[in-house]
Order: sequence, then structure tokens, then C-alpha cells
Amino acid sequence: MRIGAILGRRAALALLTLALLSAIVFAGGQLLPGDVARAILGPLADPRAVATLDRELGLDRPLFVQYWDWIRHFVTLDMGESYSYRAPVAPFVLGALGYSLKLGAVAFALVVPLGIASGVWSALRAGRLSDRILGLIGLSAAILPEFVTGIVLILIFGIWLKLLPTSAAWPPGAPLPVQLHHLVLPSLPLVLVLFGYLSRMARAGTLEALAADYTRTAVLKGLHRRTVLWRHVLRNALLPTITVTATQLGYLMGGLVVVETLFRYPGIGSLIYAAARDRDFPMLEAAVLMVGVIYALAGLAADTLHALLNPRLRPSEAE
Amino acid sequence: MRLTWPALPRRGTFVSGVLIVAFWATCALCGRHIVPFDPFADDILNALSAPSPAHWFGTDQLGRDVFSRVVVGARDILEVAPLATALGVGLGVLLGLVTGYFRGALDELVGRVIDALLALPMVIIALLALAAIGHSTSAVIGVIGLVFAPLVARTVRAAVLSERDLDYVAAARLRNEPVLYILFAEILPNVMAPIVVEGSVRFGYAIFTVATLSFMGFGIQPPSPDWGLAVAESYGLINGGIWWPVLFNSLAVASLVIGVNLAAEGVQAAVGERGR
Repeated sequence: MRIGAILGRRAALALLTLALLSAIVFAGGQLLPGDVARAILGPLADPRAVATLDRELGLDRPLFVQYWDWIRHFVTLDMGESYSYRAPVAPFVLGALGYSLKLGAVAFALVVPLGIASGVWSALRAGRLSDRILGLIGLSAAILPEFVTGIVLILIFGIWLKLLPTSAAWPPGAPLPVQLHHLVLPSLPLVLVLFGYLSRMARAGTLEALAADYTRTAVLKGLHRRTVLWRHVLRNALLPTITVTATQLGYLMGGLVVVETLFRYPGIGSLIYAAARDRDFPMLEAAVLMVGVIYALAGLAADTLHALLNPRLRPSEAE
Repeated sequence: MRLTWPALPRRGTFVSGVLIVAFWATCALCGRHIVPFDPFADDILNALSAPSPAHWFGTDQLGRDVFSRVVVGARDILEVAPLATALGVGLGVLLGLVTGYFRGALDELVGRVIDALLALPMVIIALLALAAIGHSTSAVIGVIGLVFAPLVARTVRAAVLSERDLDYVAAARLRNEPVLYILFAEILPNVMAPIVVEGSVRFGYAIFTVATLSFMGFGIQPPSPDWGLAVAESYGLINGGIWWPVLFNSLAVASLVIGVNLAAEGVQAAVGERGR
């Protein structure tokens, strides 16, 4: 099958998923018992004022009309007005997203080389003590809640050793190196969560490629060990790892809610937390749907990368 | 893919995991009677004292003994997480049996809903739902259970698909057995192995999620000595060098999570179905 057709089908599936997700998110916000206008104005407000605000917020219309209106505007980045700030939601969400991408980028820049290197290394020494220890570290790091690893890391590196700042919020106007210095500690809990999965995937992929016929052929051809490893083994081993990395992005987003709250970092995770706490539903729904969009885009990017790297899907050779 | 129960206790990971969970379960059940101090008694004059022979883990901002609170703090999470898991597995098994056996439109719909749910991390879905319906223990159980249900259903459905065309099911149909009998008396016993594995893995996630939600203020509520809650309450103090309430409660969460996951690993290994 051609790359274009595969990716087209994937994109259509992603759109369908997003449409369903938006309906779930919207329905989630509608579970609110009682009246939004009543919640904003307080229990003593005049019923007429409540009715007026309901009309102003468009809450007196049928649910389906409200949903369609919401989703139609969301696509044009008009995400409604926040209940808490009485201001458009979009600048908050997009600004926070920028911060989160920065934190996520630092975490990925650390974990991808680390995870792949550890996985390949483990595979090359499969069954030995170092392989088992790395596996154990990866497994326990991946299952611990981010707030637990975050607290322990803050205590060790921030409080006792005083090596890294304990808050992710850098002074205004700080240059990039200072920003990165503030981002190392908050990114570590995310790194720990992803490290185990990545390393395990890379290990399994490498083991499989090492056992494959083409590797034996390459060795028997008399190729140098290093050439075999780089050209034949790693290239095939890392394909599934790339796909897994992207699917873990959604997981990373969940971690962001905790880590950003813990480190007082103004990203999308803090925004979701604050909006949930203040029951600011336009903000909450927009931010949560945005997380879904990011996840879908990451999945598509992974599929594209996978298709480009996989020789079996390359058009020139397939046809 | 049958469970080999006799082999289970011999596996090291499983035994150590079960021992850790059993330790905390014991603390949860009879901790009140063995702790040296009343975990709810304030003692403002002794607030924030460092670990000492009298107070092994120090005291918190209200002067309450951290050691006693950590021991008793296992109770709420070990009540909420198993109930949420049971709800999720129960609903999921029902949904998986029906969608796997009948296929059709409901099957398609559940599949799509699962895809959509997987696009969002558990914690974010829970925050959205709990913000809408308000935070209470039963809300936390309901939300986690409802999100788990389709995920469990996917596993059960896959297992049912490989059973539904086997001869014993066809025989039951020819005997004119009622559908409910075929689902629960014929198919269900044969798909128990993946259900047990899925349940043990889900239990690990439930512990993780409940602890995280409590830390965020959306889970177990004060004055419970819950660990996640205690970390959130004392977290602001660590910049002043008050590390003991935060550290010991974090370590308690870590040990329980690791224990549950070790046990789940053991179950998975016993079933002989490694990785997910």
C-alpha cells in the first residue's frame, strides 16, 4: 500500500477519534449538577439575573446546538470565554501550551537518547546482571506516581544538595540557559516514567533484529561488527521504538498535570488543574481537548516517520 | 492459557509483592490499635519536630505523629482502589462478553470509545469528571471504574473472540441453552486467565490514580491521614527544611505501588502471558 493511502486512512481515523473525544469532553462538562450561571453568581442572586446570564452564556439552548457551536469555534481557535477570568480562553491555552512544549521537549531530549542507549546496551548484554538491573530500574521508575519521584528528586537535588532550583518558574526575561537550568528538575519525573518503556521497547527491538536472518547474512558477509550494528540492527530495532515514543506522549501529558502543579510551572497541566479546581468549564474543556489534539498529531507524526523509515513501505521499491 | 495456581506462590516477585501489600493491608485494618500515638490528635506545642526516638518520623504542622499517620494512612487508598478496580472489572467483563459474543454495532461503538479514551491520560479524564460531579470518595470510585470498564472490556472481548467459535460453545447453542448461560457458565470460566491478569494490572493503575488524585486535592479528603493528601499538605514546608512528613508519606506510596506491581508481574508470569 502507498504511504499516502496509509497516512490518509490514519488521519481520517484520528479525526473520527477526536470528534468522539470532543463529544465525551463536552458531555463531561455538562455533568455539572445545577446551573452554571447560579454557580457564578452565587446562591443569593436574583433568578432574573441568573436567567439573563444563562442566555448570555448561551446555556439556554439545546445541548446539540451548544456542542456544535463550541466545536465550530474551537476549530478556528475561538475557544469561548473563561468563567474565572471573564476573558477569552484561547490565549491562556495557547500560552500554556508553549510552556508545556518547552518542558516536554527537555524531557524528550533527555529520555530518548538515554532510553534507546540503555535498551540497546541491555540487549547486547541480555541476561547478564547489568541487563537485569537496568530492567528493574526502568520498571520501578515507570510505575511510581510522578508526585512521588518529583518530591524525592526535589529533596535530593533541590534541598539537600542544592544543585538545582526547586521551582520551574524562571525569573522574567531569563536567557535560554537559565530557563533550561530551571527545567531539568521538573523534566526528571517525566523522564523516569518514559525511560522504562522506551528502554524495554528498544531492548526487545534490538534482540529481535539481532536474531534475524538479515543480521546473520550481514555477519557472514564479513561486515564489520559496527557496520552490522548501525546499518542492519539498529535501523530495524528502532522502528517500533519510535511509534511507542509517540504513543507515550499522551502519558506524558498526564504527568504534566502533576509535575507542573508540583513545580508551579505555568503550562497546560497547571491550567487544567486550576480550571478543574475552580470549575472553569470553558477553560477546562478547551485545554483537555487540546491535549487530545496534541496526542492525535503526535500519533500521525509517528505513523509518518514510521512509514518513511520502513523500507517495506517505501513507494519506489514497493511498485 | 490456564492459570497454574500451585506455581504462583513459588515465584519470588509474586511473593514479595503480596507480602508488601499484605503488610499495608494489615496496617489498614488494625493500624489504629498498634500505633504509638493517636493519628488524629493535634499537639501544637510539638508541631514540626524532627524525627526523634519519641516520634520516629517526626511530627507534622499540627503536631500529629507522622509515623502513626503513615501506618493508618493505608486505609482509605486500600478501600477506594480495590472498589474502583472491582467496579471496572465487573462492568468490563460484562461489556467484553457481550461485545465479543454478539459483535455488531455496539462492538464498533465500544471500540471507538476506547480509542477516544486512550487519547487522554487517566488523571486528566478524572479531573474533568470530578470537577463536574464534585469530589467525593464514591465519585472517585465511579470515575475510575467507568474509565477502566472499556479498557478491561477490550481484553475480555479479544479473549471471547477466540472462544466463541469453538465446539463447546456451538454445542451449548445446539442444546438450546439460554444466552446468559452460554456467556457466564460456558465462556466466562474459559477467559478467567486474561481477566485475572487485567484485574491485577488495573489494581496497580487504580492505586497510582487514587494517590495522584489525592495529592491534587481531588481524591481522598481531609482529615484522612491518606499519604497523597499528607504530601500535598506538607509540600509547602520542604523549602524550609521540613522534609520528614513529605518523605515518609512519599515512600509509603512508593512501597505500595511497587508491591502491587510486583504481585501483578507475578500473576502475569504465572499465566505465561508476558508484556501487554
